[in-house]
Amino acid sequence: MIALLMRDLRLAVRAGGGFGLGLAFFLIVTVLVPLGVGPETALLSKIAPGILWIGALLACLLSLDRIFALDFEDGSIDLLATAPLPMEGIVTVKALAHWLTTGLPLVLAAPALGVLLSLPQGGYFWIVVSLLVGTPALSVIGTFGAALTVGLKRGGLLMSLLVLPLYVPTLVFGAEVARRGGEGLVVQTPLLMLAGISCGAVALLPFASAAVLRINLR
Amino acid sequence: MSIWEYANPVKFIKTTDRMMPYLAVGAVVCLVSGLVWGFFFTPDDYRQGSTVKIIYLHVPAALMAINAWMMMLVASLVWIVRRHHVSALAARAAAPIGAVMTLIALATGAIWGQPMWGTWWVWDPRLTSFLILFLFYLGYMALWEAIENDDTAADLTSILCLVGSVFAVLSRYAVLFWNQGLHQGASLSLDKEEHVADVFSSPLYVCIAGFVLLFIALVFLRTQTEIRARRARALIARERLA
Repeated sequence: MIALLMRDLRLAVRAGGGFGLGLAFFLIVTVLVPLGVGPETALLSKIAPGILWIGALLACLLSLDRIFALDFEDGSIDLLATAPLPMEGIVTVKALAHWLTTGLPLVLAAPALGVLLSLPQGGYFWIVVSLLVGTPALSVIGTFGAALTVGLKRGGLLMSLLVLPLYVPTLVFGAEVARRGGEGLVVQTPLLMLAGISCGAVALLPFASAAVLRINLR
Repeated sequence: MSIWEYANPVKFIKTTDRMMPYLAVGAVVCLVSGLVWGFFFTPDDYRQGSTVKIIYLHVPAALMAINAWMMMLVASLVWIVRRHHVSALAARAAAPIGAVMTLIALATGAIWGQPMWGTWWVWDPRLTSFLILFLFYLGYMALWEAIENDDTAADLTSILCLVGSVFAVLSRYAVLFWNQGLHQGASLSLDKEEHVADVFSSPLYVCIAGFVLLFIALVFLRTQTEIRARRARALIARERLA
């Protein structure tokens, strides 16, 4: 499993440029928003947590079809399926690799982009915390969506339609943590809910993703 | 004699064919009498005027929108556990009906909300979760359409239905947490405070019965169509081989 993780990480960093793509997309989205709504600081700082969350979510979505598509095309997913590894382990590692190459850079980049959106003073810490807690759920849910649509032509658009409704609870609680943190309110309840969603998704969804992937490889 | 006998498509079609006239007539009678009773023979509400009468479409449609998803969930489970094709086809047949019910609930709600709340749409928890439910229906139907192999499609959509149910419930609570909203509480409940007045509720029950019968009849009809379409495709494939 570690070997698989290292392979996926190396592939993401060296080949295809998938590593920087999500980050660049995140940057573009956050730059476009002030251009769209105007440069008023008060308005921007009010919507900054939400924008950062939506940007992170879209950047995550953009890189999802890489999780299985390349392996499916060159057949290495079949080799992995016949390897003495449970399918659940494979999808978990895939989700972890996706999180390390997409989720984690987004978390680290969020404060820097927060400056562009004039995020309120207290917000920097909480946007990092909420993204750190929430992005694993995004990766795991996304892996499920990617596994559902792996064999399909033009699966990308369909995957967005399937995955985005599943992202709703994570987005609501994540943005709520960031917003409340920015305004100096108590964040405990949404933070616990967000953590609960992440833990639940990480614990249970790999089984669904594995089942789906098995069906698709049948 | 067990319920699983109806997993045989021939038996299913035969039985549902026999039930269909009763269901259809029952649905029409209930809907017409319930709606006429509701629209013309109930008093206007003292605050809402005659707009209150949209309840006879709104509440049953909303109820069926959720119950259709529940039925799809049960049918998907049956498909996963026992692999009866009729069950998978019934789930597929119910999805567009559920989506239309969701749309009716949203549309009638908006038409009622315009004069009452002064707005077509608010980001209220109930409204938002219905919109999300509608998105789930769309995704489910799109996945069915996208996959060519029938068994694969049935497997994938039933797992999507299971996962989607969990997330639909989660979203429901997430949006509840997010905004307290304008939508009133349950229209029908054992709690006297919350319950609508009896004058309004009796025709409402008739309408709900009508919607339930209509839903069952439509699901049966669409499932039959799916079975026949699949048969026709099998025949065509056999012709081509011969």
